[in-house]
Amino acid sequence: MEFSIYDFTSFTKSLDKLLNENMSSFWATSIEMLLIGVGILAFYALVGLFLVYAERKVCAFIQNRVGPNRVGPYGIIQTIADLFKLLMKELIPIKNADKLLFNIAPFIVIIASFLAIAAIPFAKGLHAIDFNIGIFYVIAVSSMGVIGVLLAGWSSNNKYSLIGAMRSGAQIVSYELSVGLSLITMVIFAGSMQFSVIVEAQRDGWFLFRGHIPAIIAFVVYLIACTAETNRGPFDLAEAESELTAGYHVEYSGIKFAFFFLAEYMNMFIVASIAATVFLGGWMPLHVGGFSGFNHVMDFIPPFFWYIGKTFFIIFIMMLFKWTFPRLRIDQLLTLEWKYLLPINLVNVVLMALIVLNGWHF
Amino acid sequence: MITEENINVGIKEEEFILNMGPQHPSTHGVLRLVCSIKGEIVKNIEPHCGYIHRGIEKMTEKLTYPQIVHLTDRLDYLSALINNEAYCLCVEKALEIEVSDRIKYIRTIMSELTRIASHQLWWCSFGMDLGGLTCFFYGLRDREKILDIFEETCGSRLIISYNTPGGLMADIHPNFQKKVKEFIKYFRKTLPEYDQLLTGNVIMQERCKGVGYISKEDAISYGVTGPSGRGSCFSCDVRKKEPYSAYKFVNFNEVLRCEGDTFARYMVRMDEMRESMNIIEQLIDNIPEGPYAEKMKGVIKLPEGEYYQRVEAARGEFGVYIVSKGEKNPYRVKFRSPNFSNLSALNTMAKNQKIADLIAIGGSLDYVIPDIDR
Repeated sequence: MEFSIYDFTSFTKSLDKLLNENMSSFWATSIEMLLIGVGILAFYALVGLFLVYAERKVCAFIQNRVGPNRVGPYGIIQTIADLFKLLMKELIPIKNADKLLFNIAPFIVIIASFLAIAAIPFAKGLHAIDFNIGIFYVIAVSSMGVIGVLLAGWSSNNKYSLIGAMRSGAQIVSYELSVGLSLITMVIFAGSMQFSVIVEAQRDGWFLFRGHIPAIIAFVVYLIACTAETNRGPFDLAEAESELTAGYHVEYSGIKFAFFFLAEYMNMFIVASIAATVFLGGWMPLHVGGFSGFNHVMDFIPPFFWYIGKTFFIIFIMMLFKWTFPRLRIDQLLTLEWKYLLPINLVNVVLMALIVLNGWHF
Repeated sequence: MITEENINVGIKEEEFILNMGPQHPSTHGVLRLVCSIKGEIVKNIEPHCGYIHRGIEKMTEKLTYPQIVHLTDRLDYLSALINNEAYCLCVEKALEIEVSDRIKYIRTIMSELTRIASHQLWWCSFGMDLGGLTCFFYGLRDREKILDIFEETCGSRLIISYNTPGGLMADIHPNFQKKVKEFIKYFRKTLPEYDQLLTGNVIMQERCKGVGYISKEDAISYGVTGPSGRGSCFSCDVRKKEPYSAYKFVNFNEVLRCEGDTFARYMVRMDEMRESMNIIEQLIDNIPEGPYAEKMKGVIKLPEGEYYQRVEAARGEFGVYIVSKGEKNPYRVKFRSPNFSNLSALNTMAKNQKIADLIAIGGSLDYVIPDIDR
């Protein structure tokens, strides 16, 4: 079995061959599915834990604080300790709550983010499934999370959580449009919805640089809209701890609360991954068309690290948003979407189509 | 008392009642606001107080005059020194004692430091009410420096009881002047950071401008004083109208704004911090020599009569009304607390606005609940 950190295709292919040689195709597929499932689950948990830690460190850095620094070196085990605390906590039963909906809501939220992560290419040859409608699938699946939020708010039998859920519903349904349209702009440019094709098309330069002004507009709009879609500050109206105490998850405790918490961070990771893949070339190293020496040097950095670096750069920008801006009001939030972002986006799509038709791009 | 029968009185169809508080992060304590809500719009607000009522005014009747000072700290704990001063001035007025200039200067400097510290904490919590958590740490970082100055001179940080009838508990620490000057220099540099972080922010301005309007007439009739009143053009600065302590020796402007909205109240407080620094700068180098406390009798007995003294606390006009029957403890003491009157205008300001606006307006009124309940 050959293994290369630069290209996982040969590794996965040889693994597939090895399994098929030794057992029937049913068992080979089952084992592959199991391996992928366990792998993604472990990755999911690790990234979630790391993101919570990163957010605490970043916000501490912005707020003149040190952040977690007691548990483990530089406090890196702090989130694991917190996770154990959440696991140990009692799950408080709520009187007059809709028990079934109350219990399945956190799972819907977490399944939505878990499904979305399966389609993301982490490195060359390192993705669970490579759809020809990858972007469409991710948008469709990640918007399922709002159902969980709405159910959580409705079933808790609490006025605060109900208001939070209503806000969240209005917000996510609105901003889904902007996310979709800004991605469609880039789909027009790439000519495909398949993630592997999109990444491969950025071999000579990332779309953000090649796509002229429409790509930059789409990138900015996507950043704003995806921050809103993940319910993060300054668009965290659904939680709004100063207004609604904790919004839709006010009645949740223990591990169920941890699911919401984890899903929020994983949604942030997913939208950042998509932004990195579609605008910044995913795992593709920084290439400038024509400079083969420079491109060759850049190729020495493994693709996985390029992908992680770009994703965390975008996550860092989203954290900066959260910790510097105050929260918007619900009517301002909807005004921003329907009166500014959506018209800009529609014009942008037309502009991009014109550029692609006339071949004005690099 | 709220029962099943009367809970829906005055509530129209499609409205529901939302209890904000007594445990709620943005009521800054144990205030309970019973709001009738229609969707996101607040139709009516009914403040319920009394959750932290300690009967301070009744307790004073059993205590001697020097002991009562310690209770005044517990009213508005963020302007503790100003409350001390108001009470001591009232007792001194009754005894017809004129304290030395040194005492007046130190009291004024301490009051202005308290005002800055209080406005800093208000800025922290206002930013947090709007959802900008970073503000909280910037404000507390600077407030800590003032508390350190207090700790060095007075031995305490929050509830200080530094003033006594007839003077001060102790003389200032030798480092006091140096530390205060250092702080002023430091804070002149860091106050623009507040503006960069919050004042200039588009979202913050959108959230505050035109929100929670109260006219000058309404402000006067509700008795909204302090920065909240001055945001509505109501010129009510006691330091200007009836100068007490060392305010007659200094030049300063009364900060007035006429927009009457949340942003005006915000800007009044921001500018007041600058004015307070001006006042301190004029006084800090000129503290005259003299005793730090006047000679007082062992047992203070006020002559029979009624006495009233008002001062400008950080949140508005703070008044102390003492009725004496000539004994060693007062017959009756009444505190006129600014927050109670300011809170009464909340319904006028926040009616027919969004839930988020109610929080912003509450933050701009800057209420401290122990001062409302007493």
